[in-house]
Amino acid sequence: MSGEFLSGIEKSGVWIKHLIFNSKVHNFQAHSLINGVRMLAIPAAPREKLMKEMLLRVVVLGMLLALQTSPVLAEKHPPRPYKIGLTTVFLDDQTSFLEAWSGYLEKRLGRRVEFVQRKSYREINKLIINQELDAAWICGLPYTRLQANKQNNLLAVALYQGQPLYQSYLIVPATDKTSTNIIDLKNRVFAYSDPDSNSGFLVPQVLMLKQGIDPRHFFAKTFFTWSHRDVIVAVAKGLAQGGAVDGYVWETLAKIRPDITSKTRVIQRSPKFGFPPFVVRTQLPAAEVQRLRAVLLGMNRNQAGKKLLQRLNLDGFVAGNDHLFDGIRSADRYYDRSQQ
Amino acid sequence: MILKDLSYRYKVPMLLSATILITGIVISAVLVWRTAGDLKADLYRNAIEVGSVLSRTLPAAIKHDDLWSAYQIVNAARVDDPENPRLLIVLDKNHQVYVSGEPGRFPVLSYLRNYGVELAGIEKTIVTKPSLQPYPIDRPENTSIYAVLPMVDDGIAVGTLIIGYPRAMLLPRYLDMGWRIAYSALLVLAILLPIGWYIGKLSVQPLTHLAHCLGEVGRVAPRDVQCDLIESKDEFGQLGVSFRQMLLELQEKQRLEQKVFTSERLVAVGRLAAGVAHEINNPLGGMLNAINTLRRHGHADALTEQTLQLQERGLHQIKDTVSALLVEARSDTHELTPGDISDVHTLLQSQVQKKAIQLGWSSSLTRSVHLPSTPVRQVLLNLSLNAVVAARQRCEVNCLLDREHRQFSIIVSNDGQEIKQDQLAHLFEPFVHFSESGNGLGLWVTYQLVQQLKGEIEVSSGAGQTSFIVRLPLRAVA
Repeated sequence: MSGEFLSGIEKSGVWIKHLIFNSKVHNFQAHSLINGVRMLAIPAAPREKLMKEMLLRVVVLGMLLALQTSPVLAEKHPPRPYKIGLTTVFLDDQTSFLEAWSGYLEKRLGRRVEFVQRKSYREINKLIINQELDAAWICGLPYTRLQANKQNNLLAVALYQGQPLYQSYLIVPATDKTSTNIIDLKNRVFAYSDPDSNSGFLVPQVLMLKQGIDPRHFFAKTFFTWSHRDVIVAVAKGLAQGGAVDGYVWETLAKIRPDITSKTRVIQRSPKFGFPPFVVRTQLPAAEVQRLRAVLLGMNRNQAGKKLLQRLNLDGFVAGNDHLFDGIRSADRYYDRSQQ
Repeated sequence: MILKDLSYRYKVPMLLSATILITGIVISAVLVWRTAGDLKADLYRNAIEVGSVLSRTLPAAIKHDDLWSAYQIVNAARVDDPENPRLLIVLDKNHQVYVSGEPGRFPVLSYLRNYGVELAGIEKTIVTKPSLQPYPIDRPENTSIYAVLPMVDDGIAVGTLIIGYPRAMLLPRYLDMGWRIAYSALLVLAILLPIGWYIGKLSVQPLTHLAHCLGEVGRVAPRDVQCDLIESKDEFGQLGVSFRQMLLELQEKQRLEQKVFTSERLVAVGRLAAGVAHEINNPLGGMLNAINTLRRHGHADALTEQTLQLQERGLHQIKDTVSALLVEARSDTHELTPGDISDVHTLLQSQVQKKAIQLGWSSSLTRSVHLPSTPVRQVLLNLSLNAVVAARQRCEVNCLLDREHRQFSIIVSNDGQEIKQDQLAHLFEPFVHFSESGNGLGLWVTYQLVQQLKGEIEVSSGAGQTSFIVRLPLRAVA
């Protein structure tokens, strides 16, 4: 009994870690989860004592946090670090890689680099709009939408297979041997990645609309996994019978976790679109924009950078061109029109 | 039945062992039963705990229709044990599968009724029994034990979590537990059984010993039965006492029988001897008269005279022998006086001095008693002379004469050679020789005299001491 119980606890630990790292739950949720699991491990009698203890800890922690973020102390750590937002347009769950990458960037920028991850694209968009982030690696769709309101600027675009382009994949579980088209997925459960994703939402929506299908009533059920990787997992596990995913993410995952991707089958590949770009906030000084761009563009010119790019399954970064995203722009307009 | 014939030496230890064994088995069975119950209760408690953790997050995910979050929550609560998968299914308000730990097996939006009778039954229970409290479903026909945990949000069940534990998962635990209990029971039995066996054997020992002793009775003479029985006040002790009592009575009975047998034989022999003696005495007297007459009136030549003398000697010898056999206690003699006793003492002196024997002589007789003096004197003389003859050089001979109430007793004892058991049986028969000297009629005569005086004579010989006891009843005063 206790064996299973403990393994349950252990598992819960892994699960909570997973949730926290992916920022898929709010702080409050994570906290209550941890508490819940801790409660399980402790007999009823000491629980009350523990509750008091924890309450005390939370208060002390809060005070410490307040001290840390106070302007008086912040002055001790000039200059302000670069805050770079990351979204799930790449495999953002590799913490060791992010560590190495931030180290690389810090070394070349001469300033601390802080990666910021959020559950949804929308939250990162908001931080860019509010000038809270200096830069962010976002999807082409939010870029065009923000660009339309002059709320972000293009910094660089990644080169994937030698081109700053990528595709959206329509995937089904490998057990589904018959489906070849999105039409075959009628009345199935379908997984999108993020409502602000081009490849993980807009592309299949437009694909359906162009075939005269109303996406709102076509599937039996749809849901968002808030990450391309999780769309692949959801389809692989059979939770969804179809999903739209960033082709670059799928191919990259196929290299490091073929056991997951092999449980899925790509049935449709979309036309190519501009690769998810790095953007900067509008008020970031031009000199810093240049500096950031130079560091990114220079990554494929040194060994350390190349190594990081290899892990990203990318060839490098280019300055890019706004016209790369015209395809997304027109698809978005089409989608907008159909919504009205 | 074999058990009936088995010795208690084995039966009692076996019964004791069997009792211990049965007790062990019963206790083990109760323990297994109880622990099995606990195991199920634990399982259900575990389900409740898992449910309570999930109920913190799952209702919100269901309410917001966040299928992916719900899946992650449920998936995290799964146990990755391929042999014992814990089934986790969340049903929505319409009792359709909202999400499950195994979406490949239980796809989203499907109904449990599509997955066999067992899950159809679970669905039916959930549909017909809406509850806000968790409850178990443990039906013997099901392969799993289920816990139904309503996912409650603000007092409304937004969904239902079903946790299923395969019964097969419990089996190895039952076995493991069974083994543990069996091992402990065996250990206890290994300690208790030898103790039980030993105690059983110990408690039966007096019984088997008594049985052995009883077996001896009949095979050997009661006096030879050797039996050391434990002295106690319990049943065995009582049995021992009764047994000893029985042995004593048996001995007494045997002794009496022997006595009766001996005296009857001696009476018969005496009657025969007396009859023969009478028959011989008559012609004998005639023959001696005839020889006398021939001597007195005839003129026998030398050869005839010699023959007559030879015949006369032979006939006298016959007469002596016959008269010795024909013992007759004449009652016409005077009463026994202390002087008669001291006469015998005086008569003994020459023999006593010859053998340097220490003679103990004690008589409580102070005046005459109503007994004929001649036979009593002869009895006393015969016995005391015999004792002196049988005594070793410089040994001890004791004569004790006592008058008490209506009985006169003579006890003559010496510490000479013992009389053997087989000799004792024929001691008072005529012509029985135990010594080189004597004609073998001394004790015969003594016996006959005692008989005629209506007394009794007893011999005991053992431990280097031989005693003759004569008891003579005093005649009533005329």
